[in-house]
Amino acid sequence: MSERYDAIVIGAGHNGLVCASLLGKAGKKLLVLEANDQVGGAAVTREFAEGYSSSACAHLLYQLQPQVEKDLGLKIKLAADDIGTLSLGTGGEHVRINGDTVSGVSEDDATSYREFYKRMTRFSDLLRTYFNRTPARLAKDASKADMLNLAQLGFDVRRLGRTEMQEFLRLIGMNIRDELVERFDSSLLRGALSLDAVLGTHLGPRSPNTILTYLYRLAGQHGKLSQPAGGMSMVTDALAQSARGNGAVIRTGMAAKRIVIDAGRVRGVETQGGEIFESNMVVSNADPVSTMMCLVGTKNLETGFTRRVSHIRMRGNAAKLHLALDGLPTIDGVHKREFGERFVIAPDEVYVERAFNHAKYGETSEKPAIEISFPTFRDTSLAPAGKHVLSAIVQYAPWELRAGWSDETRDAFQQVVVDTMTDYMPDLAGRITASELLTPADIEKQFHINGGHWHHGELALDQFLFTRPIGGSQQYRMPIDGLWLCGAGAHPGGGVSGAPGRNAARAILKQEKSA
Amino acid sequence: MKSYDAIVVGAGHNGLTNAAYLAKSGLNVLCVEKNDYIGGATVSRNLYKDWFYSNCSYVCSLLRPEIYRDLELSRHGLQVTPYGGGAVFMENGDFLGSYADHEVHYREYARFSKADADAYERYSADVMRQCKFIREFLLRTPPDPASFKPKDLKELAYLGAKFVEMGEERMYDTIRFWTQSVAEYLDEYFETDVIKAALSGSGIIGTALGIHSPGTAYVLLHHYMGEVDGNIGAWGYARGGTGAVAEALSKSFQSYGGELRTVSGVEQILVKNGKTAGVALSTGEEISAPIVVSAMDVKNTFLKCMDKNDLDETFYNRVKNFKIRGSSGKVNIALDGRPSFPALPKGSPLLDGDMHFIDSMERMERAYDDWKDGTWSKDPYIDMVLPTVTDPTMAPPGKHFMSCFVQYCPAKIEGRDWTEEEKEQFGETVIDQIAQYSPDFKDLILHMEVRTPSTIEDEIGITEGNIFHGELTMDQLLFNRPIPGYAQYRGPVGGLYMCGSSNHPGGGIMAAPGCNAAREILTDLKRPDITPVNFGDD
Amino acid sequence: MTVTEVDLGRYQSPFYPRQAEIDRLNRWHEWKGYSSADGFYDTTLEYFATRNSAGAFDITPMTKYRITGPDALDFLDRLVTRNMRKIKPGRVAYAVWCDDGGHVIDDGTIFHLQEGEYRLCSQERHMAWFKAAAIGMDVTIVDETEEICGLALQGPTSFSILNELGLSGIDQLRPFGLANYDFNGTDIMVSRTGFTGDLGYELWITNDRAIELWDALFEAGKHFGIMAMGTAALEHARIEAGFLAPFEEFLPAHTTVRTGRARSPLELGLEWLVDFSKPCFNGRRALLDEKKNGSTWRLVKLDIEGNKEAHQAFIFPKKNGGKECGFVTSAMWSPVCKQNIALGTVRTPHGNVGDKLWVEIYYQREMHWSRVMAEATVVDKPFWDPPRKRSTPPEPY
Repeated sequence: MSERYDAIVIGAGHNGLVCASLLGKAGKKLLVLEANDQVGGAAVTREFAEGYSSSACAHLLYQLQPQVEKDLGLKIKLAADDIGTLSLGTGGEHVRINGDTVSGVSEDDATSYREFYKRMTRFSDLLRTYFNRTPARLAKDASKADMLNLAQLGFDVRRLGRTEMQEFLRLIGMNIRDELVERFDSSLLRGALSLDAVLGTHLGPRSPNTILTYLYRLAGQHGKLSQPAGGMSMVTDALAQSARGNGAVIRTGMAAKRIVIDAGRVRGVETQGGEIFESNMVVSNADPVSTMMCLVGTKNLETGFTRRVSHIRMRGNAAKLHLALDGLPTIDGVHKREFGERFVIAPDEVYVERAFNHAKYGETSEKPAIEISFPTFRDTSLAPAGKHVLSAIVQYAPWELRAGWSDETRDAFQQVVVDTMTDYMPDLAGRITASELLTPADIEKQFHINGGHWHHGELALDQFLFTRPIGGSQQYRMPIDGLWLCGAGAHPGGGVSGAPGRNAARAILKQEKSA
Repeated sequence: MKSYDAIVVGAGHNGLTNAAYLAKSGLNVLCVEKNDYIGGATVSRNLYKDWFYSNCSYVCSLLRPEIYRDLELSRHGLQVTPYGGGAVFMENGDFLGSYADHEVHYREYARFSKADADAYERYSADVMRQCKFIREFLLRTPPDPASFKPKDLKELAYLGAKFVEMGEERMYDTIRFWTQSVAEYLDEYFETDVIKAALSGSGIIGTALGIHSPGTAYVLLHHYMGEVDGNIGAWGYARGGTGAVAEALSKSFQSYGGELRTVSGVEQILVKNGKTAGVALSTGEEISAPIVVSAMDVKNTFLKCMDKNDLDETFYNRVKNFKIRGSSGKVNIALDGRPSFPALPKGSPLLDGDMHFIDSMERMERAYDDWKDGTWSKDPYIDMVLPTVTDPTMAPPGKHFMSCFVQYCPAKIEGRDWTEEEKEQFGETVIDQIAQYSPDFKDLILHMEVRTPSTIEDEIGITEGNIFHGELTMDQLLFNRPIPGYAQYRGPVGGLYMCGSSNHPGGGIMAAPGCNAAREILTDLKRPDITPVNFGDD
Repeated sequence: MTVTEVDLGRYQSPFYPRQAEIDRLNRWHEWKGYSSADGFYDTTLEYFATRNSAGAFDITPMTKYRITGPDALDFLDRLVTRNMRKIKPGRVAYAVWCDDGGHVIDDGTIFHLQEGEYRLCSQERHMAWFKAAAIGMDVTIVDETEEICGLALQGPTSFSILNELGLSGIDQLRPFGLANYDFNGTDIMVSRTGFTGDLGYELWITNDRAIELWDALFEAGKHFGIMAMGTAALEHARIEAGFLAPFEEFLPAHTTVRTGRARSPLELGLEWLVDFSKPCFNGRRALLDEKKNGSTWRLVKLDIEGNKEAHQAFIFPKKNGGKECGFVTSAMWSPVCKQNIALGTVRTPHGNVGDKLWVEIYYQREMHWSRVMAEATVVDKPFWDPPRKRSTPPEPY
């Protein structure tokens, strides 16, 4: 005899946990099923070599929505909360960025950056407001709430004032490269900012709408970087605790096999192990493609919908490298005390663009753009005493590698990445004692994300707001009674933000109230 | 000092259209042109013996029929003849034909994939839906979303209503269509690489974007929304070459009493007491008029022909940041006879259409990578036509004129000017690609003219020789075109107007910006609006 | 590689050589790339042949798909609005399929050939849509349009002719049944279906045997009044039977550009084809909404007073003035019913059975155009609906 729940959340990623916790708080009897043995989905800390741990995917926290923290009363212990960025140059000349200040550049650039940052954070604040709402449905017969929602959005945009509103409407579709080239002489500054705009996407700095992806990055904490103590599991463990505190049952090692559907309505979830949990509501934290194509199955879906879901672009491009080091490497011109910062290898926007070129043809970048962090510098719990971890996000490594992902292609790419870093850290290779490279194919397999895409779907204007994950399903509700989506594939998108989870929970509760 | 009611700067098709409407309304109008020929890029040039080259734009479809009819261009000698079909040559010796006949087109696509052949119908309907939507706005002035004027609110509401009218599903489709890349858009319909490659060309012609760049799906519209006699999406040749359009417009203009002066380049647009006062020609002559309409692109207008002190700084900077990128070149060739294309069956109608030589999406995108690297595509996307097959007037009997539009070709090579040698190599690149499929082609060449964006800029004046007077990216469309807050054809100085393709709805021989600007001018002068309204489609 | 160009002209059906021999009119039009005859001798003669004896109509250009695989039934059941689980092997189902918005993409007949094997036959082509509908299903869809030809034999003597042809057991074939019969030593598939609303059959065979079939059929039918029939005559029979035609009564949803031009099955009077008890089929949600909130349009059969054919006429709720409430889609004077009939589409709430509407007819007599407002009654039943259509075994002639 199976157990009955008010709702079952599939996937204990951060969004699933946020959603579960909020639903639990509202009094629902909740079950969370997690395929892996550890809660957190891709937002986890894992031991990749004996004694060495690292956040598996995202390693820095910058998008967690204050509303989420507030609603759940989260207390996230941070190892560091004011991490700056060093854009690495050759010959010991680097550019240092922190908040609205930048050093290592001309006076003009510094001033211009301050203006740029001010404008960008202002625009990102506007977006953030909307990121914490359910997007409106666009229709002649849209509800009053939807109309108000749109009016509010229009009002918010207008409130920017005439000039800024014009800038907003112009910039939102633009590429970051043009804006950076117009503004900054410093190539290291342009490189670092352009990498920020394209991290985790299938876009290059010249691709239109990379300003939007840049704003997206800022739309949490203005780009302020922090490092959770003990890695990302700090965040998801806290969320799991919050969910449990609100009565949710979390069962790990329980992969969902299918969502049980009967007569067009959700009845529960069947696990890979054959166990069936009954519930009239299922909230999926899995990506929309996996949810619809695998868990629901196309037989339960109408063809137009299936066709649209099958067109969601979610081919990951970011790989994650973890190196166990017997000591910190040397970087010319970087003081030992600066190793807690974030390092970026993106000498200019052309470098990033060229790295992207390869991804278009199913190749890995010859010269990848890399974001590096030494988490152990601030958090000694992650490695044996005196030892260190290098955690790097590497772009571009396309999920659809033409040659196919294998141990050979993975090793070859790792060599490319290490070689690239060695240009800046000459003694790096000699310090490596163990390593792990997660390609998008690995991420897909280990974290059950279709295409290994961190955002559960490309973050681009055509898969954004009203058309995320697809037009008509932007309100978290899927076209099967009782089925909801709460993962990064839903509005507003990926990143450790908790926003989709929170919005979904609110949409569910609102719908129940009105029903 | 001579004086007029209005001076139009530049006798391209938009300048002439604007001038014609102003003259028709009864104003005393002067149109000045820097070259000794009119038309700007809408021109036929006799550069070699008895050949007439449509040496810039070479086909005609977008010209608004409302204007065609209204300005009596037919009476003034314009005749547009449709042509159909074309082929993409494939590296394996096969080809993909595009046929005017619906069923034959289906069969040809079905040769590669039945699903694609079916999907083409849905694709056509979906693109037509977008065309229909945008066509409503071609002869309208975009609203200013930052304004609270009743006129703007009304126009914004009209736009919203037309959008909502499409229905929920179509609204989402529309959002996606406007923001997607042409490659992704085509991926949603087709599975065959060569079919996608063939259709994707229309998404990048004239733009500094690749087929994978978001926003290029929209560019498709600029190649589909035209028509010849109600056949939407059809293309045609102006008899006598593209210059025939400008000729007819100028005759129309002069029939309304307008005055046209060539070899009269404008040095500066004069401003007195914050108002336009007239123009100073490069000859030193000054002509006064309370209204000056610039048909030049915005960069030429404001950065070259105006005193910076007369302009607001934000405005000035925005003009500077307006993107006009040279991305296309042109190779015009006089031929001793008709080249053969052995891959195509003898007598095939495909021989009369346009020809393309890139057969995969990867080659399309790689062509763009070269441009990004600051050089011309080594394996370019060429749109090759032989207008003389349809219009024998352009060359002596039995001889031919070939027009090759080449994407991509930068305005500068790695940031510096082109050398003569590079220009020659660029020409060779084009010739070689065609010669791969036409063994006798090289021997038939009598004369050729290689035009890079900088050649076009030098001759016609368009910044970087951009065929649209500015990129057709989301940030430069509708109320953002050319500059947010200045999308209603009025310049930042009283009496100054803009009527070129930098303005809504953009480039191509459409004449809509010229006509729309005339409407705004007449409104400001409180004269009756004599510009035509959309024929309508429902 | 040298590639031959696709056929630039019209395809000829495998029956074409025989059709060309008998053709006296030289009036052909295009039907999905094929040459199809408007008529061969005289439209009236051909029409009366199908109502009085038997007309043979070449249906080769119809699009035909073979659908097989373990999920074939699931695929079809989700695709169309009606319940395919009820269609047993040996049965044929008339069905419509919709997009998610509940708009009709096309209608057609689905032949359940044997367990797990179907043939779908429709006017339009649908490979792209079917492929999308097959995502995640184990089903194979093959376009067999160019391999299989078909001949419809329609009219009161059609049964006798097939009997004469030697298809033993044909007397047991019920309406919407299909069976394979021995024809000169090999199989021929016959279904008791058609487009005339009368007793009739459709014969399906591979192209190579087309001429053999034609000759045998005309030989068998020579004493039963068999006559080849063109599209014009069929069109009359089609309207009398009250059947829909794509591009007349509805547009395939994917081809519409303007909002609101597509039609739902409910609007086309095909609610009997929609089985809402099925948990999932394309358009279900939208159609449920429509059922709840009401349809915008309604397809009506009109019995119009007088004898002036109501081609392209506007329909009004009142005789004098007011706004039109719809328009006629197909119209004719029915020679067998002696009725002035039409199919039309009207806005709800107009168009209930028994409603009196007014039709504005323009007609010409000796170059002069006149206009008349004719009263039209909305009727329920097909205009032509003889009992012989249903009886099994059919009465011999």
